[in-house]
Amino acid sequence: MTSASPDTIAGANREALRRILASDPVLVDVQLARDAIPRLPDRTILHAGPPIGWDRMCGPMRGAVAGAIVFEGWADDLDAAARLAASGEIRFEPNHHYDGVGPMTGITTRNMAVLVVENRAFGNRAFCTVNEGIGNVMRFGGNDREVIERLQWIASVAGPALGAAIRHRKGIPLKSLIARGLSMGDEMHMRNAACSSLILRELAGDLADTARSDLSRILRFIAGNDMFFLNVAMAMAKSIAAAAHDIPHSTVVTTMARNGTDFGIRVSGTGDHWFTGPAQMARGLLFAGFCEADGNVDIGDSCITETVGLGGFAMAASPAVVGFIGAGTLSDAIAYTHRMREITVGTNADWALPTLEMAGVPTGIDIRKVLATGVLPVINTAIANRLPGRGQVGAGVVHPPLTCFEQALIRFAEMNGADA
Amino acid sequence: METDKLLQSEVRVINIGLAEFAHDLERCDVPVVHVEWSPPAVGDPRIAALLAKLGG
Repeated sequence: MTSASPDTIAGANREALRRILASDPVLVDVQLARDAIPRLPDRTILHAGPPIGWDRMCGPMRGAVAGAIVFEGWADDLDAAARLAASGEIRFEPNHHYDGVGPMTGITTRNMAVLVVENRAFGNRAFCTVNEGIGNVMRFGGNDREVIERLQWIASVAGPALGAAIRHRKGIPLKSLIARGLSMGDEMHMRNAACSSLILRELAGDLADTARSDLSRILRFIAGNDMFFLNVAMAMAKSIAAAAHDIPHSTVVTTMARNGTDFGIRVSGTGDHWFTGPAQMARGLLFAGFCEADGNVDIGDSCITETVGLGGFAMAASPAVVGFIGAGTLSDAIAYTHRMREITVGTNADWALPTLEMAGVPTGIDIRKVLATGVLPVINTAIANRLPGRGQVGAGVVHPPLTCFEQALIRFAEMNGADA
Repeated sequence: METDKLLQSEVRVINIGLAEFAHDLERCDVPVVHVEWSPPAVGDPRIAALLAKLGG
């Protein structure tokens, strides 16, 4: 057993921050998951958050699982799909175990299209499904014919066209795109309007050169969805966080994720162990006609954006989002970002915030600082209807449960000969 | 400072911890600066002991 002094830990955390800052994420392709992730087994469903079985899944997650089974042709209808899911014949695993992430339910299977982001500074790749749009979609548990057919079109038409266009221009560097998005009011979790427009502008000419069919539908599909870029940002964030994982003695958080039941974190210096606690209900604004009882507790891998300094950590960039999620005024948004500086190792000067005199986003959550200050990471999030397929009921702010950080510190101490 | 004379001149307050105390003073037009603070390790002695060893 090795021991870790505060100086050793500080050095390991500086290395984690260095890797985050040195990362060079590039969107390089869109592929089917089975091609992008060859080790993804058949009859396996990847989901958001830490590990969970069918018996503990929330409504939207179950709905999405049933839909994915029908999409893959493992069952003929949703009832048969639910029986198959409950039978134990389907393997459930977190996206994070396969270098992946997915928003809300985060369901990913072999024949779905995934965005591929390569971190060229470190050579690793990360994956995320293509954003389906808003309303009746699988990420909110949707599973009817409309949802399945859209996923089939993404996998067979839009995905290959996007992949060809991205390869045609030899990839799209994302770090600078994010920087521009921050200066245009995106925080890359609940607001992606600027970057969705920017990436469409980047891709339109190449799509025109390479798309074999449905060009106008593909362009409208991207242009009609302000959250199209969210999934790109998530794959990018995963490619960055993964580069900072597995540094001995580091207390930097490299994963935050929720499965609609549990919230889980992983820490660079404690390997692939999950530290989990109950997912919380987001506080924010509900759409007209909904009440808090309609909402599901926190769900999705999308807080990988906060893990690398975006989303709630970059709230000061986004006056528009702070109103949308019911978090107050611009000064409140700035206060959120300031508070995140108390629990992070440093800042990312490449991702500067105009409302903070171009200070960089707070980056590299240190579990020790979270516990020492009692300040929990702030996450901007959508709120899913707790019933499958009913979509989004609102948006708000949420935090991980403190127990995740307590467990992580205890485990870290045990691994480093510092038991209390 | 003699504490018995503390409230005989203008009172200016730094409030630490619970924000509601600051809000009450604001409502009484008392100058107040609120400092967000909570006990280290949220008061858990085992976590506090680990933080003392591991820093943070």
